[in-house]
Amino acid sequence: MLPNIPFLKKGKREDQSKIFVASRRDFLKLGSLTAGGLILGVSFQCSGPKGETITFAPNVYISINSANEVTLVAHRSEMGTGIRTSLPQIVADELGADWSKIKIIQAEGDEEKYGNQNTDGSFSIRMFYEPMRKAGATARYMLIQAAASDWDLEASECDTQDGMVVHAGKGKKVNFGDLVGRLEGAPIPAPEEVKLRDFANYKLIGTDLPIYDLQDIVYGKAVFGADVDLPNMKIAVIKRTPVIGATLISYDDTKALAVPGVVQVVKIEGSGFPPGLDKALEGVAVIAENTWAAMKGREALEIEWNLGENQNYNSDQQQAEMLESTKGKGKVRRQRGDFDKASKAADKSLERTYEVPFYAHATIEPPVAIAHVKEDGSCEVWAPNQHPQWARGAVAAAIGTDVANVKVNVTLLGGGFGRKSKPDFVVEAALLSKAAKAPVRVQWTREDDLHFDFFHSHSAQRIKASLDASGNLTGWNHHTVFPAIGSTGSKEELHPSDGELGLGCVDFPFDVPNIRIESHESTGNTRVGWLRSVSNIHHAFAIHSMMDEIAEARGKDPLENAIELLGEDRDITFQSEMVDGEFGNYGEKIEDYPWNTGRMKNVIRTVAEKSNWSANKAAGKIMGFAAHKSFLTYVACVVTLEKGADGKNVISDVHYALDCGVAVNTDRIRSQFEGGAQFATSLATTSKITFDKGQVQQNNFDTYQILRMPASPKNIHVHIIESQIKPTGVGEPPVPPFIPALANAMYQMTGKRIYKLPFKV
Amino acid sequence: MPKYTLTVNGGNKEVEAMEDMPLLWVIRDLLGMKGTKFGCGQALCGACTVHLDGVAIRSCSLPISEVGDGKITTIEGLSADGDHPVQKAWVQHIVPQCGYCQSGQIMNAASLLSSNPTPSEEEIEQGMAGNLCRCGTYNRIKEAIMTASTSI
Repeated sequence: MLPNIPFLKKGKREDQSKIFVASRRDFLKLGSLTAGGLILGVSFQCSGPKGETITFAPNVYISINSANEVTLVAHRSEMGTGIRTSLPQIVADELGADWSKIKIIQAEGDEEKYGNQNTDGSFSIRMFYEPMRKAGATARYMLIQAAASDWDLEASECDTQDGMVVHAGKGKKVNFGDLVGRLEGAPIPAPEEVKLRDFANYKLIGTDLPIYDLQDIVYGKAVFGADVDLPNMKIAVIKRTPVIGATLISYDDTKALAVPGVVQVVKIEGSGFPPGLDKALEGVAVIAENTWAAMKGREALEIEWNLGENQNYNSDQQQAEMLESTKGKGKVRRQRGDFDKASKAADKSLERTYEVPFYAHATIEPPVAIAHVKEDGSCEVWAPNQHPQWARGAVAAAIGTDVANVKVNVTLLGGGFGRKSKPDFVVEAALLSKAAKAPVRVQWTREDDLHFDFFHSHSAQRIKASLDASGNLTGWNHHTVFPAIGSTGSKEELHPSDGELGLGCVDFPFDVPNIRIESHESTGNTRVGWLRSVSNIHHAFAIHSMMDEIAEARGKDPLENAIELLGEDRDITFQSEMVDGEFGNYGEKIEDYPWNTGRMKNVIRTVAEKSNWSANKAAGKIMGFAAHKSFLTYVACVVTLEKGADGKNVISDVHYALDCGVAVNTDRIRSQFEGGAQFATSLATTSKITFDKGQVQQNNFDTYQILRMPASPKNIHVHIIESQIKPTGVGEPPVPPFIPALANAMYQMTGKRIYKLPFKV
Repeated sequence: MPKYTLTVNGGNKEVEAMEDMPLLWVIRDLLGMKGTKFGCGQALCGACTVHLDGVAIRSCSLPISEVGDGKITTIEGLSADGDHPVQKAWVQHIVPQCGYCQSGQIMNAASLLSSNPTPSEEEIEQGMAGNLCRCGTYNRIKEAIMTASTSI
């Protein structure tokens, strides 16, 4: 079974919302609030499996107290995208609140209360933009009604701004806080009475509003996973199985227990192989009074392992085998026309292969979690977690209690990128707290992080393209193979899922008459997961590198080539060409979020103009291009290389043009693209995980390198298309097009094509 | 276990610790100051950067026994009200994304500017090369250091 990954499974759509009066008791449970006044809950109605409507209890609370303070509950995890700011920003704008009086408290993980909290798949803004607007607008409506009735004036002539209801004509104003006492328990207006603001009247949406946690971070006060301190808390460091699936034969903890500060040594039973996405790995934990003692204790452990079925696994060997397999026939996943016929009739054929290694997430905050299993068997957790509900369920299962007895508090995440969706480290903390009968913090070291990640899969691809005598692209045959995420949970999962192929492979948008897309089998031999933009990473690298060669073969400029091959402005549907599979569209209906070639062409034209593509090319500048839609956001990217004074190549400029619909927080959109370019530079040029004898060969940032400032792209220009189309996310979409754009620029620089990551710039 | 008296952010702190315990864990676990972060334990990422006598060091790799009577400054002690020019510039440029590495970045930048108040772009890049940011805030860090350098 695949886990609840939004882009792999059709998820619940939270597309209808309902506003209601929340129970004060429920709200007060959320924090030490002394609020009197208006408290609203917002529920999101979802469609059930048979299309029936399911209403959840409130996902979001808004409270306004007599001191004019507006408190909002953030139910999504903050890992650096700015979501703790952007969602409240939407509510506050509709409400007409004074942003300086907004307080945000973080919700615990609770599906019944908050609906979907899985912060993943670049979908927080996509899913919650509309409900947040309605929530703010409802509160505004109620405040205006109260003020208008006091003033004996028409409600329709009043508005809100800066935390006040105002009547501009009569020069009247009153603070929200002076109205809310009377609104306690007041009836909620019918949804049709509540009007959303005109787009032009937004004051916060579409601005560079600074993130809510900015000062706390800069002053060193922000609370991340390891920063929670509990009385009598112990620290655990775990010696985990050296090979995934290995089991303990025996261990001697005499020397470990002799280390001053070490209090206990505990065995953790693993789940064998396959390891699963939410289970602890087999290991021996050293529990101590402080982190250093635990680390030293771990070094002193003597363990004998049965290394198990993956002890001879070598990733280079598997990659060679995967590459070889792409020569044969695969399982056809998408079919249009007859590629073989086109290939036979071709005037010119291209055949290229692409290889991408395993990658680790390497968040600067390594996994860490604190759990306290109490005497009554209940458990409270504090963890940097992207998916607190999954963690809650996994902890309950691991310690043998009901989900209702587990509370998961979400701290800030020191980076996520998909790693901290998986609750394995939270489960470890709970198991150890139970054993220690005390609160326990499980601290992962960097070595642990790189050895026991849920890696981005390595992959091999082969693309064949056919051109006719007039230079038309007549055939496209894409073979892809990589250990599927599903292989972490089941040995039966030998092919990538529809969901994984929907990430940049079967959604090949170019108007080619003959298309055949095939996948091949490979086995999982480690833990595979999802990393920022997931399979789009390798698919986009292969497809847009090949597109650059096709442009060259056709004697066309790569941007003109892409625009021409996208064809007429239209919505593409893929489903009719899927072979025994479903087109995922990131869990959205294609009618709701169509693949529109016009929007893609628009970002390509925009990036051409902003990067001054034609003039710069004519002047001899070294530039590469790629355009790729992922997570429903359209992105075009141009990378410019220069020779530095020392003769080294420098990534001097990156231009992104993007269309994500409504741009909620323009500063955070830019920051995601700035960071996305840097993140993608690491994937393209510095990072690689390899396995030998079943073990990861990289240990720390000396051998698993991520980008450092001197080699980082110098100037990153982000051009956001102005739009009022419903918004889509920006966390992942910057990554996929950057890598082929850089590779294509390298070809311009060196005359050599790049077929394998990472490469030297 | 040996006892040590440390000067941290202008005050004296008494601790009892194994002599090889890195200063990072002394600060975090024994003194309970959580602004300084753990990233790699090998002086490769800079998340644990603090000042020893005004100079940036990686606290994860400095044993407590080697601190001596050096004056330690952590992010909590860099300024009284977050008004160090580097912190102000960080706010102005909205540098952080996840924020985890930023204490170390700020401490390293402050040390860089105190030894070289007007660094060139290349000097900033070299001076900050030991501090990793996985979110990729490098461009804004650079801009913020340039801004701060004009007000130091």
